Amino acid sequence: MNIPFPNLAPVTPEIIMAVAASIILIFDLILKDKSPLALLTICVAGATLYFIPSSLGETFGGMFISDSYSMYFKLIFMVNLILTVLISLKYIQRQKAEYGEYYSLLLFATTGMMIMASSGDLIVLYLGLELMALSTYILAGIKRHDIKSNEAAIKYFLLGAFSSSLLLYGISLIYGLTTTTDIAKIAAYLKQTGTSTPLLMSMILIAVSFSFKIAAAPFHMWAPDVYEGAPTSITAFMSVGPKAAGFAVIGRVFYGAFQSVQADWTGILIGIAILTMAVGNIIALSQTNIKRMLAYSSIAHAGYALLGVIAGTQAGLHAMMTYLMIYAFMNIGAFAIVILLDKGEEIKDYNGLAKSRPAVAALMLVFMFSLTGIPPTAGFIGKFNIFMALINAGYAWLAVIAVIFSSISAYYYLRIVMNMYMKDMEEEAVINPSPSLGLAIGITVLMVFAIGIMPSIVIG
Amino acid sequence: MVPLNWYIGLSSVIFMIGVVGFLIRRNIIVMLMSIELMLNAVNISLVAFSHYLQDLRGQILVFFVITVAASEAAIGLAILVALYKNKAAVHTNEITEMKG
Repeated sequence: MNIPFPNLAPVTPEIIMAVAASIILIFDLILKDKSPLALLTICVAGATLYFIPSSLGETFGGMFISDSYSMYFKLIFMVNLILTVLISLKYIQRQKAEYGEYYSLLLFATTGMMIMASSGDLIVLYLGLELMALSTYILAGIKRHDIKSNEAAIKYFLLGAFSSSLLLYGISLIYGLTTTTDIAKIAAYLKQTGTSTPLLMSMILIAVSFSFKIAAAPFHMWAPDVYEGAPTSITAFMSVGPKAAGFAVIGRVFYGAFQSVQADWTGILIGIAILTMAVGNIIALSQTNIKRMLAYSSIAHAGYALLGVIAGTQAGLHAMMTYLMIYAFMNIGAFAIVILLDKGEEIKDYNGLAKSRPAVAALMLVFMFSLTGIPPTAGFIGKFNIFMALINAGYAWLAVIAVIFSSISAYYYLRIVMNMYMKDMEEEAVINPSPSLGLAIGITVLMVFAIGIMPSIVIG
Repeated sequence: MVPLNWYIGLSSVIFMIGVVGFLIRRNIIVMLMSIELMLNAVNISLVAFSHYLQDLRGQILVFFVITVAASEAAIGLAILVALYKNKAAVHTNEITEMKG
């Protein structure tokens, strides 16, 4: 039997990432000082960015698809990777978690996300998901002498493994029903047969499993604990990367495989989205730890992004992708400020920050405004696009609910601003500036304003 | 020949045992075992479908599932060992550093 050699051009970015991750593991054994590995990681991300536009095409018999959809998501993953490396360089030294594996695992996790975004087959989707998930479990627990970090890792692991077995059961039902795992062929099969009970069951199982990955309610319980316990740089990474990858596969599976039974899954997703926005925004009100608050805020943001999927139109899908790109910048920016402050994990640590560190307070203000969605910041553009797509698709009532929850969110974001500007400081805030952290904050602030003023750079 | 329905019934029963075990047991080792049970239930149904449909995709997926399950167990137990070194606990009721 003669097996033709597959065309490797579409997978070049993933190959570069995987090879670089393995090389970093070897360099880790030789190098005593780990900071060159961070530089290497950024170079690899740069090289991958260079190869992404030329990777158009399908390969491995349609199992791996590189199209404009996956490319946009890969762009988000690269932004996420580069910003995470920049904010973690000095932070992990301070936290005594500077292992070479840190960078290697970041690369492996990002490779997994890229494979997920490009999957044309449920087998590839599952493998990409596991590569991403297994790497992030370890990253969450990388401070291995810290009990909180251990606890975050074990909670993330147990619920993550549970959700991926649900996904597998869903896949096996779909396979039995349609005789294939190829997303395009499943779509063609379902177009002829329509809805059936096993299909609904597998759709629910798959939706539940993806909801775990994007931390949508009622499958969000792990997020606050994991976000609080994990090192802050990894929290920033996890709140953007795996979430965006989860949305990438939601788009692939629900718009690809389940296109013809849209009426059935829209109902499931509307319930999840409303509950997610409610839980995220309302529980965030009572948090005292800023990482937990940002965890609930990220749950709420998953709810908004889900609205783009619910719209069921191309415009909705684009709005969701743009939203995730914008979310990457503003959320990592906010976490960068938390890292910049020596003591910045509790919300009361921000009391009177504007008096002792006016510049830091002003930057935090920008990110909080952007997360709330106040113009001229990027957050406004993201929400505006989502709500527009939703209204055009005929879900005006859902847009109204989302706007109400969005105005609730102003309370907890602006509370931090109020603490910074209107309360007296308890003690002088200590900051840990470093060139890389400064660069990351600079990029995020610049992008938050640039996207807010010229939205065309991320749309299209 | 055993009909397909029996295999699917067996697989769904084992899967449910795994789900219920995961949800009600509080020992992390038992929870890990429940996850393995769920994965193996999926394997049974995949192999049964694969044989019934005379299609190899299902069996290929089973190989991947077995491999991933092995690495998952390795990582899960490693995290558990790290946790146990800091705090001698395998019971989820005792692991409550973070709440709220």
